[in-house]
Amino acid sequence: MSTPVDEVELIKYKPTDFKSDQDVRWCPGCEDYAILKAFQTALAEIGIPREKHAVISGIGCAARLPYYMTTYGFHTIHGRPIPVATGVKVANPDLSVWVMTGDGDAISIGGNHLIHVMRRNVDINILLFDNRVYGLTKGQYSPTSNKGTINKSAPMGTVEEPAEPLALALASGATFVARTSAAYVKHLVELIIEAHKHKGTSFIHIYQNCYVYNDGVFDEFTEKDVRDDRNLILEHGKPLVFGKNSDKGLRFSDGKIEIVELEPGNPPDDITVYDETNLSLGFALSKLYWPEYPVPMGIFRRVSQPSFEDLIYEQVKKAKEKFSPDINRLLYSGDVWEVK
Amino acid sequence: MQKIEKLDKVTVKFAGDSGDGVQIMGDQFGNVTAVVGNDFATLPDYPAEIRAPQGTTYGVSSYQIQFAAYDVYTPGDNPDVLVAFNPAALKVNLSSLKPGGIIVVNEDEFTEQNLRKAGFPSNPLEDDSLTSYRVNKIPITKLTLEALKDTAIGHREKLRCKNFLALGIISWLFLRPLDPVISFLNKRFSSKPEVLEANLRVLKAGYNICDTMEIFPVHYQIPPARLEPGRYRNINGALATAYGLIVASHKSGVPLIYSGYPITPASEVLQILSALKHHGVIAIQTEDEIAAITMAIGASYAGSIGVTGTSGPGLALKIESLNLAVMTELPLLVFDYQRSGISTGMPTKTEQGDLLFALFGRPSDSHIVILAPSSPSDCFWISIEAVRLATKYMIPVLILSEQFLVHSSEPWKLPELGEIPPIEINFRTDPSRFYPYMRDDKTLARSWVKLGTPGLEHRIGGLEKSNIFGNVSYDPENHDLMTKIRSEKVQRVAQDIPDVKIMGPADADMLVVGWGSTYGHMKAAVEMANSDGMKVALVHLRYLNPLPKNLGDVLRKFKKVLVPELNLGQLQYVLRAKYLVDAIGYNRVTGKPFSVSELLDFIKEEYKGLKMH
Repeated sequence: MSTPVDEVELIKYKPTDFKSDQDVRWCPGCEDYAILKAFQTALAEIGIPREKHAVISGIGCAARLPYYMTTYGFHTIHGRPIPVATGVKVANPDLSVWVMTGDGDAISIGGNHLIHVMRRNVDINILLFDNRVYGLTKGQYSPTSNKGTINKSAPMGTVEEPAEPLALALASGATFVARTSAAYVKHLVELIIEAHKHKGTSFIHIYQNCYVYNDGVFDEFTEKDVRDDRNLILEHGKPLVFGKNSDKGLRFSDGKIEIVELEPGNPPDDITVYDETNLSLGFALSKLYWPEYPVPMGIFRRVSQPSFEDLIYEQVKKAKEKFSPDINRLLYSGDVWEVK
Repeated sequence: MQKIEKLDKVTVKFAGDSGDGVQIMGDQFGNVTAVVGNDFATLPDYPAEIRAPQGTTYGVSSYQIQFAAYDVYTPGDNPDVLVAFNPAALKVNLSSLKPGGIIVVNEDEFTEQNLRKAGFPSNPLEDDSLTSYRVNKIPITKLTLEALKDTAIGHREKLRCKNFLALGIISWLFLRPLDPVISFLNKRFSSKPEVLEANLRVLKAGYNICDTMEIFPVHYQIPPARLEPGRYRNINGALATAYGLIVASHKSGVPLIYSGYPITPASEVLQILSALKHHGVIAIQTEDEIAAITMAIGASYAGSIGVTGTSGPGLALKIESLNLAVMTELPLLVFDYQRSGISTGMPTKTEQGDLLFALFGRPSDSHIVILAPSSPSDCFWISIEAVRLATKYMIPVLILSEQFLVHSSEPWKLPELGEIPPIEINFRTDPSRFYPYMRDDKTLARSWVKLGTPGLEHRIGGLEKSNIFGNVSYDPENHDLMTKIRSEKVQRVAQDIPDVKIMGPADADMLVVGWGSTYGHMKAAVEMANSDGMKVALVHLRYLNPLPKNLGDVLRKFKKVLVPELNLGQLQYVLRAKYLVDAIGYNRVTGKPFSVSELLDFIKEEYKGLKMH
């Protein structure tokens, strides 16, 4: 076996060291460029050798990303990057495995795999590019589209409630769940690095603007001049305070969240202190949305649990201690008789 | 001292409710058959319902075994001996019993209610409907309870012992030693001494009452078969498949990952491999069929041998993913344990219905290697061959196994591990002048790179790639080239597999061609035809894509070509299309293996026509 990821000698990379010679073919103005850049920046900072990364994608605009990287990469089929990545990780736990997926790929056609990878806690990192629209097929509504969205497959507006990826992840037992926007590149880089450090499935939900088919869908809370008032940055161990002047806070009690006005810089004791291990709080926060509430960004949940592949290899080790790996003994098990 | 009558060959069938323990009884009888040196073949047959309502005809589970003093190719058409635990078991199996055959029934179960459930208008044990058979009415239930009357176990547990009482009776009939069964029981119930004691007691009681009650006039004895010298064990197709995979992994030095979703009858292999972790094999139960194949693809991509197994409905779900493996030219094994019928069909019954699906059932021009094992023990060799071809040609291999093979068992001459050739796999490690779609001149295989190898980082995917360089390409001529290369790769495998052998007389006029599990039945029928004075040859195919390169020449040598299949003529279709031969089909889709005598009748009929012509 090769050297485990956390034991290899780190290399000083520049983000461009992860940039392949292939022309990037996303539409001009697409926020996928920003995610690609953040990802390359994060990998450079992480510093493990290039050959230790495997970037696996499904189908959709986001799924082209592996071609733009200089790491190992696999552009698979619609909805299936997660089980392919699971196979890669189990086959070689020493790799750092990344999944690049979209709202159609992960929440719709591949929804089943998303649930089960989190339940298993396979040590892979999933980046969900959520633009709330099917871009590559030219503009149909997706499972995360806002109710009432008017587009090509919903000329009178969608009649479906959108899925909330974070709530799904939390309900599926994910051990690392985070959210940011592709507009917040620095935050995204930080989260990618945190996801890499986390042992187990890491899930980063990224609001990503589709300039062509769903432009501005996140603007009302991600635009520069409003984001401080309309986002809530989650920080473990700190009170849930938000607003340009830090003059609002959240109080979580009886499973409900209410907004409290407060004196800047002096939150009262009943403002909830954020705890990234508190599942009910994380779940309640995942349901908050503008304009009723600020949209939370950051790490919703981070807990330590053994990973799928570690448990598998532990069983293999135990079995080897207990039983002989001699293949002749296997073949000759049961009643053997001799014909002379 | 009872008389002993020697016989060459016998077929015995045990039948009862799904909960009567018929399969375990059959397994033990098969095991002892092996130990005394007979050749044999078995046919376990059970309903899809785990515990179907008691006493019903559709709840009957059975186990048939043919054993002989010479080579046995099939589990036998018609039993000589039927052990029926209830009226339904008698009802279902009576018509197949040989005239004059021996019937052993548990007469305690022939109650008015059970007779009605089985659809008997009157009690066959009392009317004259069984006069052409030798009927032995034995109160198996009463005798079991009597034997266990002073034991501590509960009434229900006592009743569950009656299969071993019956096994004792049949052991007496065929003069079989009880020791192998006793050592099995000792192992099985080592943690439940009272259950062990009960089973041992009824086993011996069953044997002894045959002496005291003089149930049968004679013992029958089948002398040991003259098998090739060597060490043997009893094996079924599921075990043989799993062992073959482990040996292939050992012989190649590459770890094996098997991912599967539970489906009848494929689950068996998943379960076996799950219990063999000490051999380093990893078996994963996935959330669905698609995850099963895509995890295997991920494992192959990373540098392990990725394997998945399923049956028809699951294979249908895996097809898009299978094409990803074709497109990315990754080694992959897909086992299809064919079962009966379309949709859910008859999950616990056998068929050869997926050949055309395996050949053609993928979008676009998609070619893969297709193999089919010919017997339970051949599943071992097919697994190894599939790994060899998949890794040498960087291509998915689909193995058309069958429900019948999974559970059927036979004696297997154990191979010497050292005599199995190694599987050479050379992972690319040299970074100089590396491109992902550079190809080996001979096999056209691209190189296999273990993820994590420095300097060989590359990207693959479902989009068409430029040959050699491996970048995404929409170039028309490149796509034309790549499509032809992917097809050519499969054709090149034909240079690497054995020619077909013609079995039978060199001057035969007629040829029987088949594939898969029907080998034994065809062989038996063809041998009988030849001993009846006909000149009939047999060709059996284990390689279905590509077909062996001499097959066309072989087919054209014969005036008539017959193709028996457990489907409506799928190989027949291929042979006609590919070789322009007027192949004639013999097609049965009963969910059961062929009846050798019916197949022989067909051969005779066709042979007659040939001679008149």
